[in-house]
Amino acid sequence: MNRLARHRLLWPVLILVLLLATNVAFTDGFLSVQMKDGHLYGSLIDIIRFGAPLILVAIGMTLVIATGGIDLSVGSMVAISGALACLRISELDDQNAVGGVLAAIGLALALSLVLGVWNGFLVAGIGIQPIIATLILMVAGRGLAQLVTDGQIITVNSVPYKLVGGGYWLTVPFCILIVLVVLALTAFLTRRLALGLLIESVGGNAEASRLAGIRSRGLIIVVYAFCGLCAGIAGLMISSNVSSADGNNAGLWIELDAILAVVIGGTSLAGGRFSLGGTVLGALIIQTLTTTIYSIGVPPETTLLFKALVVTLVCLLQSPTFREKVFHRRGRGAPPASTGADTKVRVTV
Amino acid sequence: MISLGVLSPNRPIPRKYLPVLVTGGLFLAMFVAGGIRYEGFASGQVVLNVFIDNAFLLVVAVGMTFVILTGGIDLSVGAVVALATMISASLVTDGGWPPTLVIPLVLAVGAVLGLAMGCVIHYFDIQPFIVTLAGMFLARGLCYTIGTDSISITDSTYTGLAQARIDLPGGAFVSPSVLVAVVVILAGAYVLHYTRLGRNVYATGGNEQSALLMGLPVARTKIAVYTISGFCSALGGVLLSFYMLSGYGLHAVGMELDAIAAVVIGGTLLTGGYGYLLGTVLGVLVLGLIQTIISFEGTLSSWWTKIFIGLLLFAFILLQRLGAARRT
Repeated sequence: MNRLARHRLLWPVLILVLLLATNVAFTDGFLSVQMKDGHLYGSLIDIIRFGAPLILVAIGMTLVIATGGIDLSVGSMVAISGALACLRISELDDQNAVGGVLAAIGLALALSLVLGVWNGFLVAGIGIQPIIATLILMVAGRGLAQLVTDGQIITVNSVPYKLVGGGYWLTVPFCILIVLVVLALTAFLTRRLALGLLIESVGGNAEASRLAGIRSRGLIIVVYAFCGLCAGIAGLMISSNVSSADGNNAGLWIELDAILAVVIGGTSLAGGRFSLGGTVLGALIIQTLTTTIYSIGVPPETTLLFKALVVTLVCLLQSPTFREKVFHRRGRGAPPASTGADTKVRVTV
Repeated sequence: MISLGVLSPNRPIPRKYLPVLVTGGLFLAMFVAGGIRYEGFASGQVVLNVFIDNAFLLVVAVGMTFVILTGGIDLSVGAVVALATMISASLVTDGGWPPTLVIPLVLAVGAVLGLAMGCVIHYFDIQPFIVTLAGMFLARGLCYTIGTDSISITDSTYTGLAQARIDLPGGAFVSPSVLVAVVVILAGAYVLHYTRLGRNVYATGGNEQSALLMGLPVARTKIAVYTISGFCSALGGVLLSFYMLSGYGLHAVGMELDAIAAVVIGGTLLTGGYGYLLGTVLGVLVLGLIQTIISFEGTLSSWWTKIFIGLLLFAFILLQRLGAARRT
């Protein structure tokens, strides 16, 4: 029981269950999943479907944050990748040609990868603070996306492209399948191979891990490139779902939601450890929160207020100082104040 | 003789002023290039118009400079600006409150928001990035709970201030907002360089541990800078409500990025402890001049602004890195 209470995913799971329970109380048949025309339908499926781009971006963000970095440019990369894919598809003679669509998708993903490598190069190669390095692409990227679309909203009418974000395959929404594949692949690479350990060691102390023989620079570039790729796929999903690309608004503020998802999932912003499961939970919490707000009839404008509340709560709960101050005073048998990891000098002011 | 000695070639300009000089040089070069390329560009009024159009950004960037000097960051400024316009508009237009009451109230709201964020950052040891992100959500959310539509301001004090011109010698003019911005800049520079708080800001940014061990009031300083930033954002919001004559939850989207970009281009180190307010002012002017040049060019679309700002950011951060590498 004690081990369960201390599990780091306890709080996120409780919040998600609470949100789902609220939904069940307000909406009839919230939990039911039906088959219609060979497709799966239901509120739960919708939550995962609409949350798919966020989950993808958050997975990439998790690895970046695990190295002690952060990527603010994912929103811009979402916009650029969607814009480029839609532009190429709209230029095709036959928008339903699978080959042409695949080429457009490949090009968009390649560009996202290049942008990710650029971020990684700025961080690892030149040594710029991650917040600032990715701020460059965050600002310039929106401009680039509008440059690609020429300031217009490009609409496409392509059946194969629609499959990416809005289609079904084997009765399951295709975007959920993409998320599952990326998640499985990432989990395998980071948890079954040594890669995850190396990433965490770079996040713990880049210099120490370099001295231990880990090529931290290369690793950081790979991580940012992966984050770019995830953002690129998310951009394809978003633009495919609405069959259009909007350089200005696609993926707006998704970077904040993604960071939020990662933090809710228990990954420390200081780097050094990460939890993919927690991130997915975090992204689901955010999407469920949005759905809940719509379903219980609270004006959707207040979503941001709830998010502020959730971020503050989660951050406070995760802050060791806060726990020490609040729970210690209540005399709830708090753990010893100084753990091995906490080597900071604390002077009472 | 001493004043001459500073200018003589034997005593080169101190290295610490170099980033500000580079930004100043860039501003001059852009101005001269614009003057050669476009007719009617090389006039004092063009520069003054940059001030008029960016008075609110100047005020916000002053607050951001304080925060960044301590090594923190404030992502909530754009949202607080929007909240300030929204509160002003709803109270003045819908509530019929007098502006003399509304403006102090709005400023207090901004300062209290900043104070709260500063307290959370310091006492609970949470990263400024995530706390001010929550503040941003909170402020934008509050905007939308007040109203989702734009509320226009028709109050005579506001419209009067919006249209007022202050004539300067030589036929040039500025708006009252510019005066407010200049006062804020001067006050900020005074606080940073001639008061104990200013010294503490630089010391905290330079090395928080050392500042603590030296017995400096780090807690008070850190909380103070976020309060100042919140106050400046609210004041920026008041100036923006003069400029736009409306309150809207979508005002000033992305202004936090502009403010951070201006501070960085002005040569302030993002790790804290190093930089000048003058640099920030020049940074805002450079951003404003980019927009002016793009509007003079006529054929360039507005999104080029973002691309140019991104390129400039890149160039200046690279310069900072090279400078830092040389210093160590």
